[in-house]
Amino acid sequence: MPVIILRQLLNFIISLFVLTIFTFGLTHLFPEGVSLLIPQDLDTGSSITQIGESVANNGNLFSNYFQYLNQIYQGNLGLSSVRGSSVFDEFFIYFPATLELSLVALIFAVFAGIPLGIIAAKNKNRWPDKLIVSSTLFGYSMPIFWWAILLILFFSLWLGVTPVASRLGFEFDIQPLTGFMLADTLLSDKSYSIEAFYSALHHLLLPAIALGTIPLAVVTRSTRSAMISILTEDYIRSAKARGLSFTKVIWKHALRNAMIPVVTTIGLLISILITGSLITESIFSWPGAGKWLLEAVYRRDFTVIHGAILAIACFIILVHFLLDLLSIYLDPKRRRT
Amino acid sequence: MDSQSQFYLQTKVPSNLFRWWSQFRSNKLSFVALIVYLIIGTFALFAHFIAPYDPTTQFTDAIHIPPSWYEEGQTKFILGTDYIGRDMFSRLVFGAQLSLSLASIVVFLSASIGITLGVVSSFASYGIDGLIMRIMDFILAIPSLILAVVIVAIIGPGLPNAIYAVALVLVPHFVIVTRTAIDQEKNKEYVTAMLLDGASKTRLFFQTILPNIFPPIIVQLTFAFSTAILEIATLGFLGLGAQSPDPEWGSILSESHHNIMFAPWTVAIPGLAIFFTLLSVNLVGDGLRDAIDAEKK
Amino acid sequence: MKNLNTLFSILLFCSLFLVGCSNDSGSTVKDNVLVYCSEASPQSFNPQLVTSGSTFDAARQIYNRLIEFKPGSSHITSSLADKWEISDDGKEYIFYLRENVKFHSTDYFKPTRDFNADDVLFSFQRQWKKDHPYHHVSNLGFRYFESMGFNNRIKDIIKLNDHQIKFVLNRPDATFLATLAMDFTSILSAEYAEQLLAKGQPENIDNHPIGTGAFQLVRYQADAFIRYKAHFQYWKGQEELKELVFAITPDPSLRFARLIAGECDLMAKPLPIHLKAVINYPFIQVMNEPGSNIAYLAMNTNKKPFDDPKIREALNYAINKEALIKIVYQNTAVVAKNPIPPNMWSYNRDTPTIPFSLQTAQSLLQQAGYPNGFEMDLWAMPVQRSYNPNATKMAELIKQDLEKIGIRTKIISYEFGAFLEKVKKGEHQTALLGWIGDNGDPDNFFSPLLSCNAALSGTNAAFWCDPDFDQLIKQAGMISDIYTRTLLYQKAQEQFSQSKPWVPIAHSRQFILANKRVKNFRLAPTDGVYFSGVTLETSSNQENRN
Repeated sequence: MPVIILRQLLNFIISLFVLTIFTFGLTHLFPEGVSLLIPQDLDTGSSITQIGESVANNGNLFSNYFQYLNQIYQGNLGLSSVRGSSVFDEFFIYFPATLELSLVALIFAVFAGIPLGIIAAKNKNRWPDKLIVSSTLFGYSMPIFWWAILLILFFSLWLGVTPVASRLGFEFDIQPLTGFMLADTLLSDKSYSIEAFYSALHHLLLPAIALGTIPLAVVTRSTRSAMISILTEDYIRSAKARGLSFTKVIWKHALRNAMIPVVTTIGLLISILITGSLITESIFSWPGAGKWLLEAVYRRDFTVIHGAILAIACFIILVHFLLDLLSIYLDPKRRRT
Repeated sequence: MDSQSQFYLQTKVPSNLFRWWSQFRSNKLSFVALIVYLIIGTFALFAHFIAPYDPTTQFTDAIHIPPSWYEEGQTKFILGTDYIGRDMFSRLVFGAQLSLSLASIVVFLSASIGITLGVVSSFASYGIDGLIMRIMDFILAIPSLILAVVIVAIIGPGLPNAIYAVALVLVPHFVIVTRTAIDQEKNKEYVTAMLLDGASKTRLFFQTILPNIFPPIIVQLTFAFSTAILEIATLGFLGLGAQSPDPEWGSILSESHHNIMFAPWTVAIPGLAIFFTLLSVNLVGDGLRDAIDAEKK
Repeated sequence: MKNLNTLFSILLFCSLFLVGCSNDSGSTVKDNVLVYCSEASPQSFNPQLVTSGSTFDAARQIYNRLIEFKPGSSHITSSLADKWEISDDGKEYIFYLRENVKFHSTDYFKPTRDFNADDVLFSFQRQWKKDHPYHHVSNLGFRYFESMGFNNRIKDIIKLNDHQIKFVLNRPDATFLATLAMDFTSILSAEYAEQLLAKGQPENIDNHPIGTGAFQLVRYQADAFIRYKAHFQYWKGQEELKELVFAITPDPSLRFARLIAGECDLMAKPLPIHLKAVINYPFIQVMNEPGSNIAYLAMNTNKKPFDDPKIREALNYAINKEALIKIVYQNTAVVAKNPIPPNMWSYNRDTPTIPFSLQTAQSLLQQAGYPNGFEMDLWAMPVQRSYNPNATKMAELIKQDLEKIGIRTKIISYEFGAFLEKVKKGEHQTALLGWIGDNGDPDNFFSPLLSCNAALSGTNAAFWCDPDFDQLIKQAGMISDIYTRTLLYQKAQEQFSQSKPWVPIAHSRQFILANKRVKNFRLAPTDGVYFSGVTLETSSNQENRN
């Protein structure tokens, strides 16, 4: 088994290298006058500028690439053109917001999707199944931006039960310790920290539902098909024949095996969540990495665009690696290869 | 020998398609979806004749008129007007034309590149095949919208650039589907039999394998088509694709979004247009895929 | 099955609980916090460096100046300068500085002394002296200092003692005091500057600001919010408002939605559609002030037939200002008759208002010898300005009216930069232009737009040089006594009204929407927001009053 893990680790590292080659190539595609290799520095006489210039003047592609890797490794992703703040720092300010939103959306999708998938599988071809399957189809076909706007119109503007935008009510002053609002509100020493926690949850509600709708559809579908194929398997039928109740059957036998394809699906979901974040954050004015990237695109801030791509893709590759490890743990078949 | 293989092909190719088509027709939902899609397509095709007005004409004294079934609505603006007095119905119909034609171009571009690459990859040496697949895997790892956004950031916003971006992003799907399908066919018994019989590789490919990989590719074309419609609309919504005053559905939504409190129909109706188009295309794709799966069994 | 049911019911219960719970709570926290939905992020917290209104708004809460405007007006009053003396020749100003003024104390700076002349010296010299260690910090340049010509106006700044400072000017300048009330003359802390320089972090002076003002900075998250809290040692007395938040919301419809939902108490720059919709929300009040601006049609007196005052008068009668205000401004402007706006001191209320009358215009044309009209060009800019939301539309509407009396108009437009250049050179016959006042002083309108000097440099687009008018405003620019200046400016406006080098069209209003619980708020005439003195009415306040 260590060999398997080693192989996955190798794959992971190679993917990271391929990513850096890609982003390195990107820096050459960016229009004139902007380059990671010459980070804009607002102070005169800084050593960072000097390194950058010497690298750019050197014509050798390979040594440029290694200088580039070195810079990345040191966390120097350049400076944002608007305020001159470090792109590296900005990423860690904005990304937790995206992460928090995506996690809550994922939890919503998983905790609602798995039961729905099971119900659908159990009632295959009867009306609950048909209802659930057509709902998932609706979920797939719904453009996120429209769905999010409709949710805001209905729940925030007409009914007034949810907030319009942002992560937290403006009346609360919470120090950003972790970047995760739910944690920061509880960690805060202000007297209204619990109230702020509820406000944060309240603000998460609508964006998480909007973002989580497509993942919900995906999870439901994949649970359903996994369940269907498992439920027809012999070992399940023999368990049923032995007299076990349906719930016990699910919990003890089916679920763990059904989770294997679902874990793979979650890997696919990360892509969907990050894509959805771009749109959801822009509509809900959610200060996350998606909105950060989008605004950089609008103002042609290529240093930030580069940093955002690199960081986000890095994260995705990392998650895929971890999920692979998880699926190896769950699936005895994979352990032996 | 020749006549034998010809005889073989004649019974195989048409009957496969025929059976597959009748399987599809029996799936009522997909069939209805196909009809709906064809209706939308007709609107798109004949937009010039169906739309009562030009999509960019502003009726400055008819701003924010609600759809005709409301009290304040007018029959001359069936679906109402937007924030500068343009007829919603005309805009939507021309929008259909834009969306469907753009998506077709996108699919054509990405399918040509993708299928060719897929074919090359499956017959190429291990090294080249590995390289192509690695690159495709990598492109797939990055979320499609992010990639499209970055491409547009580099080459600039606008409709033609959005087409290139989305087409590029969809290429890996075609490559993988093509390659997988060819691989599966390559290993089938009848192919081995024909090889043993002495059939040339090229002939084998064009007359046997190619027709049999049509079904999964057609399914992929359908889903790529729906993805293209959605991605173009999304880029339009974000302001990176179609620019105003083009009546692209996504950019219509981005304009109406600002006035949602005062004219909710300008948001609801274009969204429904996108939704029904996507729904019907997805249902057709689902039906096609079910038909093929049933065929395989 | 049972487990799933319980799971669902728990989820449902939780969501209802959340929804119901959070609506009621938070109301007591909100009592002490005012949230202002602003339209953009500040470029910096130092008003010395920029010209953008959004940055001034953010910085104004933090700093004081030697002189300030009375809330909601263009009259000046003392602030950090308690009183002042002006020498007889008008060139020397001695300011007596207020004592016991404390700077902000934050987690990044603790002041050890009160405000004194060193701080004034630092704030000005930083912008003035090129060899000052802070001159190049933050690299954005000192726009206003340069454009108001302070380099040339000031000869020397001398510290007489800790609480007296003398400014020596190169020539007498009556507008100097008004200019000292502008944001770019805000007073920074010299002690803080020294500390930062020693630590090697000089740029912090601009993004971690320290001032003497009513509010101090607590936290800033870029593109999200700015949090302030009341300066508990503010020399005017601590504000009743404990906390202030700027919720940065560039999208106007989101600003409006936040206002309606109660997430913001005030909303910056509402669109006309929002002003109309406010009727449906009785808890929202509309506040407006005529802005310190003017939109006008300049007639180039260097080109025929506009050298004839009768023709200029005819055009004044031929333009339907009311209709323009209704259609182009959607009723967010007031009709103009003078070059300066009505809330500017010395505005001459007696200037006759010229009504819209095509008949009168026609007969004037006949008297001037053009019974069948003539041909002219009308230049209009392609961009939106705060004094004119749509110049091209305005030009089209004017053209329609002029055709009726035989004047054939050709509308000409260029890219904004090129447009201004060409107008400066005098290539136009008539042009739709405008101006926004900076310092609440009438000279800021008259000199650059209507003086003989300006006719030479090109900023006087009518190229109108009237010796009487010019003399009046020159004098008013040198004498410091407000009363005398007022009389001089009023005479100047009479002169203007007789000669009519322009058709003054409109002063656009500045609007702000606010929740009715916001009290004592006034818009500054330069379209800025300032929250010192603003209070919130809450249910507990009402009880106390009873």
